[in-house]
Amino acid sequence: MNYTASNLSLAIFLVFVGIVVGISFYLGAKAKSAKGFFAAGGGVPWWVNGLAFAGDYLSAASFLGICGMIAFAGYDGFLYSIGYLAGWIVALFVIAEPMKRLGRFTFADALDNKFNSRGIKLSAAISTLVVSIFYLIPQMVGAGALIKPLLGWDHWMGVSAVGSVVIVIVATAGMVSTTWVQFIKGGLLVALCTLMTVMILNRGFDTTPGDEKTHRFQVLPVEQVLKADGITVLPEDGAWKDKPYVRVTTSDGTLQVWRKAGLDAAGVELLSETQTVAKRADGVVFKNGKPASKDNDLHPIGTVSKLPDGKEETGALGPFEFFRVFQESEIVLWKNTVIDGTTVYYQVPTKGADLLTAGGTPTLSGLRTGDWTTRIDFLSLMLALFLGTASLPHILIRYYTVKDQASARKSTIMGIAAIGFFYVLTLYLGLGAMTSGGLDPTNGNMAAPLLARSFNELLFAVISAVAFTTVLGTVSGLIMAASGAVAHDLVTNVFKMDLGEERQVKVAKMAAVVVGIIAILLGIAFEKMNVNFLVGWAFNIAASANLPSLVMLLFWKGTTKQGITVAIIVGMVVSLGWILLSAQAYKDVYGLDPATAIVPFSQPAIISVPLGFLVLVVVSKLTRKPTVATP
Amino acid sequence: MHDHENVREDEHPEIIAHNTRLGLMLFAVYCVMYGGFMGLSTFAPEVMKSRPFGGVNLAILYGFGLIVAAMLLAVVYLFLAKQADSADSKAA
Repeated sequence: MNYTASNLSLAIFLVFVGIVVGISFYLGAKAKSAKGFFAAGGGVPWWVNGLAFAGDYLSAASFLGICGMIAFAGYDGFLYSIGYLAGWIVALFVIAEPMKRLGRFTFADALDNKFNSRGIKLSAAISTLVVSIFYLIPQMVGAGALIKPLLGWDHWMGVSAVGSVVIVIVATAGMVSTTWVQFIKGGLLVALCTLMTVMILNRGFDTTPGDEKTHRFQVLPVEQVLKADGITVLPEDGAWKDKPYVRVTTSDGTLQVWRKAGLDAAGVELLSETQTVAKRADGVVFKNGKPASKDNDLHPIGTVSKLPDGKEETGALGPFEFFRVFQESEIVLWKNTVIDGTTVYYQVPTKGADLLTAGGTPTLSGLRTGDWTTRIDFLSLMLALFLGTASLPHILIRYYTVKDQASARKSTIMGIAAIGFFYVLTLYLGLGAMTSGGLDPTNGNMAAPLLARSFNELLFAVISAVAFTTVLGTVSGLIMAASGAVAHDLVTNVFKMDLGEERQVKVAKMAAVVVGIIAILLGIAFEKMNVNFLVGWAFNIAASANLPSLVMLLFWKGTTKQGITVAIIVGMVVSLGWILLSAQAYKDVYGLDPATAIVPFSQPAIISVPLGFLVLVVVSKLTRKPTVATP
Repeated sequence: MHDHENVREDEHPEIIAHNTRLGLMLFAVYCVMYGGFMGLSTFAPEVMKSRPFGGVNLAILYGFGLIVAAMLLAVVYLFLAKQADSADSKAA
């Protein structure tokens, strides 16, 4: 896919960033006090806070990752939408108001309200730092993946740009500006996605999207390919032996790879066109058999090959009609495999109905066959998503920025409504992208912006800029949480350095810079990692470390400070350790054979969350102060 | 050390108790719905493929349903939860 660095998108992007940073400096003057820095002076209106919840929550993973997952594999991405949103129920009905009652500025404060224990302050602050950093990594990776094709910058440049802008925002004004960044971002995201969904429904499905210049992928009878003029067939040897591919060279030296595609109705053997990326020993990259250049890159993908009743296009569709037609259609998905250093992208015609239930991705395909390990993995994932939302430190901080409980309640509901509506839209956006004819076969994260581009360039520019501020908003919220943990919890409360308010704010700003720099470095280092996997990681750790303590503190009088401290540490260590020993980590992080991984499935929540509760109860009972008998 | 902004609401433990009970009940209702989704997807995937009405499969209808239910329960909570300055608190 060739992404021309669009001047329009660059201009819009710079305007956005300029506005955001401008607001930040303007409001910076108002954030002199510690209270102002950490909790936006407690006076943000509830509906602004509500949309800011949405802006906070709808991170790069939500917008880019879920749409991309749905665009490439169907319903499984939507599972994340459901789980992420359901988590707000835990937040609103179990955690929200007790938290507001308990705390002052940060999550650690809330947990510690009753005990005044350095152990709790320390473990909660570490938990906040760990979760924040793990949640930051996928956002930074997402930023790099977004900037690279959009503006033509390398991954590390995009990551550094995001990190620098956010550091400036947070260090100058703290919470207030992040609230406004997220409010703007949340509102824009929902509005633009609504617009795109309407456009998707209006366009309907088309077996020949694009225009006459759009490349149409071919499926041809074997003889037509092999006996064409100038074609030389290469022998099936080495790594290509016993694989369903045929390699040919054309008269001008182009190397083509064709995949065996079964038989047609008349029993004639077919070959389907593939796309390839290969690197020669001297470093020259070949795409589709010719050297890569501005004029030679992979073709966009994503088409409906068959519509019901043999139609070629459907015209405008209603919201449920969209699914009905999709179910009866055939879609051309693309998968890829690596053979002898060449990545081959090949067509996989798939029934639409198979893409509208769980089990389309390789990780969850075992659901359709009743495999028990996959079943437990799936249940564990849904549990982690359900419990993780309320446990994320950067979400919890936002409860304190509204002046009273009623406002906190209303703002959470506003947030749920905006987020819920957005997640309903993701299914349309993902399926729309899947059939738009404009997807990049190598990069799932760009599905949503590319969908916009398939409509028009202006929409693409705006959506990309909004996606970028998506990352800005989430990253600034996370850095706030982390800098609060350092300045307020660790320095003031654990190390007992009484700094006075102004110096506390200075320390927080320094912490924001340091955490920001760490985030930039990690975002560069983790370029290759799958964004949704990392977010799932953060949710598992948050739910395991934070939730048992929060819930038991609120609902069980027998909770002791040692119980909380140990539960947080055990939950964090077990979930983190489990993840680091999983098949996914072996494959994507260490480059080892995933079959040798120590733990049987990838999501620890189903083990580590109950363990956290158990540990808390046991330790609390052991450290309970004996009650004095009254006569 | 502690935030005194919420003293008014802390003075009405019966309101707090009422809201907490309400919250937990609504949470339990949602757990049943969410658990149903998890259970069906795991143990009865063919049911999720069926099309009960509108020609759309249950997986999509149930998924949308969970999202809408979350919003509705949140609104129910907003209306049924008591405020610190409500008539009930003055009478207490």
